[in-house]
Amino acid sequence: MSLPAPLIEMRGITKTFGAVKANEAVDLSVAPGEILGLLGENGAGKTTLMNVLFGAYAPDAGEILIQGQKVRITSSADALAAGIGMVHQHFHLAPRLTVLENLLIGIRGKGGRIDRAGGLARLAEISRQYGLALDPDLPVSALSVGEQQRLEIIKALFRGARLLILDEPTAVLAPSEVEGLFSALRSMAAQGLGIIFISHKLNEVRALTHRCTVLRHGRVAGRVDDPANTTSAAMAELMCGHEIVPPARGPSTPGEAVLTLDGISTSKHSGTTLRDVSLAVRAGEILGIAGVSGNGQQALAEVISGVRAPDAGQMTIAGQKVSRFSPREVQALGLGRIPEDRMTTGLVTNLPLADSMVLPRVGTAAFSSRGLLKPDAIRAFAEEQIKAYDIRCPGPMVRAGALSGGNLQKALLARELAFDPKVLIVSQPTRGLDIGAARFIHEKFLAMRAKGCGIIVIGEDLEELLVLCDRIAVMYEGRIAGTLSSADATVARLGLLMTGAEGHG
Amino acid sequence: MSAVFEQIFQVGFLAAIIRIATPLAFATLGEMFSERAGVLNLGIEGIMLLSAMTGFTATSLSGSLWLGVLAAVLTGMLMGALHALFTVALGLSQHVCGIGVTLFSSGLAYFLYRLIFGQQSVPPSIKGFQTLPIPVLSDIPVLGPAIFNQFTLVYMAILAIPLAAFVLYRTPWGLSVRMVGENPRAADSAGVSVIATRFQVVILGGALMGLAGAFLSMAQFNAFTFGVVSGRGWVAIALVVFGRWDPWRSAGAALLFAFVDALQLRMQASGLGHIPYEAFLMLPFIFTIVAMAFMSRNAVAPSALLKPFRREER
Repeated sequence: MSLPAPLIEMRGITKTFGAVKANEAVDLSVAPGEILGLLGENGAGKTTLMNVLFGAYAPDAGEILIQGQKVRITSSADALAAGIGMVHQHFHLAPRLTVLENLLIGIRGKGGRIDRAGGLARLAEISRQYGLALDPDLPVSALSVGEQQRLEIIKALFRGARLLILDEPTAVLAPSEVEGLFSALRSMAAQGLGIIFISHKLNEVRALTHRCTVLRHGRVAGRVDDPANTTSAAMAELMCGHEIVPPARGPSTPGEAVLTLDGISTSKHSGTTLRDVSLAVRAGEILGIAGVSGNGQQALAEVISGVRAPDAGQMTIAGQKVSRFSPREVQALGLGRIPEDRMTTGLVTNLPLADSMVLPRVGTAAFSSRGLLKPDAIRAFAEEQIKAYDIRCPGPMVRAGALSGGNLQKALLARELAFDPKVLIVSQPTRGLDIGAARFIHEKFLAMRAKGCGIIVIGEDLEELLVLCDRIAVMYEGRIAGTLSSADATVARLGLLMTGAEGHG
Repeated sequence: MSAVFEQIFQVGFLAAIIRIATPLAFATLGEMFSERAGVLNLGIEGIMLLSAMTGFTATSLSGSLWLGVLAAVLTGMLMGALHALFTVALGLSQHVCGIGVTLFSSGLAYFLYRLIFGQQSVPPSIKGFQTLPIPVLSDIPVLGPAIFNQFTLVYMAILAIPLAAFVLYRTPWGLSVRMVGENPRAADSAGVSVIATRFQVVILGGALMGLAGAFLSMAQFNAFTFGVVSGRGWVAIALVVFGRWDPWRSAGAALLFAFVDALQLRMQASGLGHIPYEAFLMLPFIFTIVAMAFMSRNAVAPSALLKPFRREER
């Protein structure tokens, strides 16, 4: 099979940030009609490389060729002019403007006015060509996440992109939406566009891409010419440089219920409402909460952690009824919590790590007396945990925000587990962590389960939930759409529940 | 009581509302533009004062009203550029810089005024704008004398409202302004310069604030006094919220405020009971606070308001 001339070629790209080599002599090429997978752990340099290609960073060395011609890309405007479009992980859309307005931004008008007719015609043409339809006059805020992503893709095509970069596009989608995205991408490739698909979900990369480039520590660790017929294990090994064995989850012997929710409902203050949610977690059991983001998971986490009081329903922790729904109360009853967003609700990034590690219990006798802190005790506690959890940091007094995601997550885990919670609630426990750190977190969960702790894992990564959980409940529009035991749960069945298809429960 | 009402609602009442609303409309539109792109301009109060001073001075020295208006507009643009330099180019706190611009502009206005005119027992005045009746239209009963027998600057304010809406909603530049105020990163990745757009819009806003100042010293009072603005700039900031960052609604808010202000002036004049006049003076401001409390609950500010933009920030 003869390969067509590359649409785009990056040669010897090197980019350093201070002492860190984010990219070192990276080569990469995409041919027209080709879907290239770009694989790598967090911090492997995928995003940096793509930002170089999209003009956000200037490379220290190396060159970029488009259809054999050397080009200089120093801004996103240059990249767009060169036919490179990028769909970022966090969408670059203005929610209160309409679909059409988001498409027309930066595009010259006609006679000083916005060229609405021209825009509509172009949108219709793209819709027809690739099967991507959207209502031009809807505000973006009325679109689902999947539709917003579609708009980002249309936006790139609208500007004449011939190469499309997608940064972890499936992270925000339900399984059914993923299939829709993939078929659109395949149709674009069939019509001669080049696509770079960034992901660390190996099964998706194997299903979609024609070829893969794997990055590790900023360098090309290897290339895979036939992803469909390469095992995930082999690709994972390329990504992390060593073999990865999933943690073994032994049989569990769940005991008494340690957390029960009975008919919990919330009014619509912010986000999704909870509607009559009942569930129970037993000692020594891991319960997964699956669902497309925004279906009430956050409200559920807030109610259980005592941040938000429900309007109706009851909750018990270790047999005791929760009456006031304050974080302090649920914590006193034995609940540990690892919030979804480490940086904003997990800890205080500008304070020393040690302070963040005692934050939820700073008022207890262990860390203060008569209204005064015990700095030595706080420091000693932090030092102990840093050692026990192998948290890589210069010391307990370092600014918390300076730690990497994996180390922060370990710190948060250490903070909760040090007090032997009866129930632990965690949201997205390994999001943004590399395989090694995720593995460590999983092992800790399984160890807690063996000790009789009840654990709730709220997550969007179904593969992760399937590995960890004894049971998985699926949330859809604020309700529990159904609960599957680990024996019955498959990605396909969960996916159906996630879209409300099997709306009983 | 009916006598009091008659005294209040005369033909002149409508004209007074329009007149009072004019500087507020200019100022509110100026602030609205600036905020739509994500830049709060608390310099507005001082910019209006300094523009009122330079406009008055230029007219007083040259004898030309339009030269005065030009001076006021240029002053507004210059101070807008100063605010943009701090908040857009350097990314400093919009609150702090805005208050700084107000303090600096006010101080400069007092200083220059003293320097040029010295201390006089009778403050100097100019022959300000005269009303310019528009033929035919000004003969319409009630509305004619109220709307079409006004200062040229009033007509300009009335025209500025649809013009602002057109620019904001129908032109590519207006779309850039809105996008920059909602999601600057999106604008940037679409090849729109966030910094340039914000600079342009803050300077445009300054020009409108300059017109507001010019109206006060050159049409309404025909003199410059230290209290010539007396909080109208701050009111405009509230009116922008009240008007939900929309040109039509903002202008409507200015009109509503002007109505209450005109009303209290009449009530003062009518000598209603034995109420001290200061109580009437408070009315428009109480109205603003109450209106804000009720109306601004659902108001959603531009998402990127107060947020400086830096490209390589991760």
